Amino acid sequence: MGSSVNHSYSLLYNKRERVAFGGLWSSPASGALSLVLLLLTVLLFGLLTLPSAAYAVSSDGTSDTAASVTATAVTGDEGAKLKVPPTSFEAYEAQRASKKGRKKKGPPAPVLEAKDYPEVEGISPRVTVWLAAQMHLWFAAFVLAVPIFVLILEAIGMLTGDRRYDRTAYEFIRVSITAYSITAITGGLLLLSLIVFYPAVMGYMSSVFSSSMLGYGLLFFVESITLYIYYYGWGVMNDGGGLKRLHLLIGLLLNISGTALMFIANAWVTFMMSPAGVDKFGALKGGVFAAINNHLWHPMNLHRFVANIAYGGSIVGAYAAYKYLSSRTEASRAHYDWMGYTASFIAIGALLPIPFAGYWLTAEIYSYSQQMGITLMGGVFGWLFIVQAVLIGALFLAANYYLWCGMGRTEGGARYTRYIKYIAVVLVLSFLVWFTPHNLVLTATETSALGGQYHPWLKSLGLMPAKNTAVNIMVIFTYISFLLYRRAGKASTAPWAKQATAVEVGLFGAAIANILFLGVYYGYYTDNVYKVVSSVPQVLTTLVVIVGSLIIEWAIFRRSNTVGGFKWGRMPDRSQYALVLIAVSFTWLMGLMGFVRSAIRQNWHVYSIMKDASAEAYTPSIAYAARVVSVGTIIFMALIIFIFWLSSLGKRDEIEG
Amino acid sequence: MHRLLKFFLIVLGAYVLLKLPGLFFGIPVPSSLVLLYLFFVAVVTLLVMTSTEASARSLFAPIVAIVEDPALVRRRNAIFAVLPVLAALVAYQVVLPDNEANIGFRAVHPAPPALMEAYGKSFDLTTLENPLRPVESTDPVRFARLVKEGGDIYYSNCLFCHGAKLDGRGHYAHALDPRPLTFQGVDTIAQLQESYVFWRIVKGGPGLPKQSGPWASSMPVWEAELSEEEVWKVILFIYDYTGNRPREWSR
Repeated sequence: MGSSVNHSYSLLYNKRERVAFGGLWSSPASGALSLVLLLLTVLLFGLLTLPSAAYAVSSDGTSDTAASVTATAVTGDEGAKLKVPPTSFEAYEAQRASKKGRKKKGPPAPVLEAKDYPEVEGISPRVTVWLAAQMHLWFAAFVLAVPIFVLILEAIGMLTGDRRYDRTAYEFIRVSITAYSITAITGGLLLLSLIVFYPAVMGYMSSVFSSSMLGYGLLFFVESITLYIYYYGWGVMNDGGGLKRLHLLIGLLLNISGTALMFIANAWVTFMMSPAGVDKFGALKGGVFAAINNHLWHPMNLHRFVANIAYGGSIVGAYAAYKYLSSRTEASRAHYDWMGYTASFIAIGALLPIPFAGYWLTAEIYSYSQQMGITLMGGVFGWLFIVQAVLIGALFLAANYYLWCGMGRTEGGARYTRYIKYIAVVLVLSFLVWFTPHNLVLTATETSALGGQYHPWLKSLGLMPAKNTAVNIMVIFTYISFLLYRRAGKASTAPWAKQATAVEVGLFGAAIANILFLGVYYGYYTDNVYKVVSSVPQVLTTLVVIVGSLIIEWAIFRRSNTVGGFKWGRMPDRSQYALVLIAVSFTWLMGLMGFVRSAIRQNWHVYSIMKDASAEAYTPSIAYAARVVSVGTIIFMALIIFIFWLSSLGKRDEIEG
Repeated sequence: MHRLLKFFLIVLGAYVLLKLPGLFFGIPVPSSLVLLYLFFVAVVTLLVMTSTEASARSLFAPIVAIVEDPALVRRRNAIFAVLPVLAALVAYQVVLPDNEANIGFRAVHPAPPALMEAYGKSFDLTTLENPLRPVESTDPVRFARLVKEGGDIYYSNCLFCHGAKLDGRGHYAHALDPRPLTFQGVDTIAQLQESYVFWRIVKGGPGLPKQSGPWASSMPVWEAELSEEEVWKVILFIYDYTGNRPREWSR
């Protein structure tokens, strides 16, 4: 394999480009360094000038982007959530009509009418913006996530000297580079469709976020430049020394700018859900940061950051599966098997904390607005949460199945396959709890027999303590599957291995008992307040048992023998479809939950500030929403397959020979 | 035992298990849930049985044999004749008209508005608290009296639908669809703030929001029948009687 690896690097590295690059600057190193310094200067300059671009409104209400926004314009109550949003259209109109007492520091949100929404014959504005936004989000999530773990893989490769990491990292970034262009295209489509169909909304949003929008543009520039240097400079900077470190630094800059881009876009989206920094008329009271730092910004940042990594891993996993299934040589199968494993490891690793990040976001939505919270999970969108639960369960099952099949890579796996059925039983039981709804779909006969809308026994499973308990146990047992897979090819030489394993089993037992106790006792037998709070020690228990057992496993297998001849590429084809299922489930899940998150604003563009007066202000039925998202998922997956095909079109795969 | 047979027995066993509560206790597991549960039991069983090459081969061996083995031609023909008939029978059963009302998918858990106009003033439901709740800690004797008064109001007005035991099984309950809510257990009023309960009592079914409508609710509007204080007293009573605490964000 070594020779093929070396050969691959000659393909990455075009000599003529190197000469041109070297001609422009005295050496590639100094050239790259100069570029980085230039970018840092631009970034610094941009950050320093950002406040001067803040939107200001003069006392007569006319807008002005003058640099005269000073600290005096910043009021003490920035960031506080709006406590008194109007409840009815009449109250809203009355509030808006009364101009008394309004601090005129920013333009107020306009009161819109049907005529404010341009019409284009035969085109639905909502569906157009919906699909453009969703496509952009899917691609953006992918291209933001891939550089994160590419950087990590590259660093591991450099530290360990294992060139497989470096080659896989390069292949990952190669897959994402085409997706990057499509991300920009779909972003452009989204922007254009918003300007065409919702000009007043965009006008208001840009009046609040003008400076951050300019910052966004600048960061996009930084991200693009760093990405291209990172990708095209891979070969030329791969000297294993100073240039490689510089390359890693560029990768870091790429990730910082990409993540900052996402955070800025998150601020706009969360402002529409939980507006802050504006008065009750929607006028910006002071600095833009108060609007950015709204109630849901941090929970959304965390949730999307972690979920993007899982998503990026899943798409690369699907790519590896695609390549594995179409491989013609043993070497190629081995490589893409390893790549699929690494990608799924990233995806599943990032998947484990997502339910907790999601729970935090949801709890914050509830705490911001009981109305939004109940609409989200107790109202009509509750049914989509059942679909969500099923899809998340499918993700866990697919992940476990992939690990179970992975035990077949070594003959030593046979020692552990007998445990699979027990893990499966626990997963099934947890899964059934996980998706049992509180509001059941009942026939009239069943309603009559049950004496009401809730099942006397199963109703408790519909509450969050049961869900939290189930998901923690699912996470733990998925982790046990991973441990068994890791053990499959090894035999410890430590004389105390059995005792240490017993301690590990005890640790798992205690953790599960604790999670059950916290869920059952605090969820159902104490004050309601503890019901939400008890989820935190549950998560901590899960984390403790994972970290604890990792340490024990490390100690047990620090000195171990290989058992059964581990071999990459010895995976059944059906296991690869689990990787594809993970990618499709993630995509569909993001679409459905993205719709729900956005739709809980109901008929508000900006919740409690700016009402939607368009013909499509109504909430669509969940069946309709599911259809739109499903069509979007099919289009996205078709584009992704196209990208997979494109990525191997330019040059013949070095592994295939 | 052969793996394929084991697979069918596991799914069948799960089906029987799910039907038992309905048969023996009159408390059926809803058919929608049975379908979902069985689907995942079947899927996970298949996943386990195909997790190794040997196991997967063993599972599908009888099917492969039926399709490919020339010696099994009679059995193959019989199966291929019976399977479509079975499918037709199932399809016939599914589409057969019956007297069952259509299933209503509409959730019965409306989101409250932020503001509510009642008793000639405006209530901010995001900050509204029961004005009588502090009495619980400051004057327990008076609190007990308030709860009792709330109970009297309940048994004069709410009993007929929500029941003597607050379990949603009042005199009229069986005629209503959806059924009146039970207040027992930790999954209804225990999940709600008192401001929410206040809104539902005062505004009733007609006061439900336009969003997510049309709603199905028989809850009367009590604004004209009960004073503001009486509503708060009833709320004290229903939490006290069921041993629940209202939901709070502040603690």
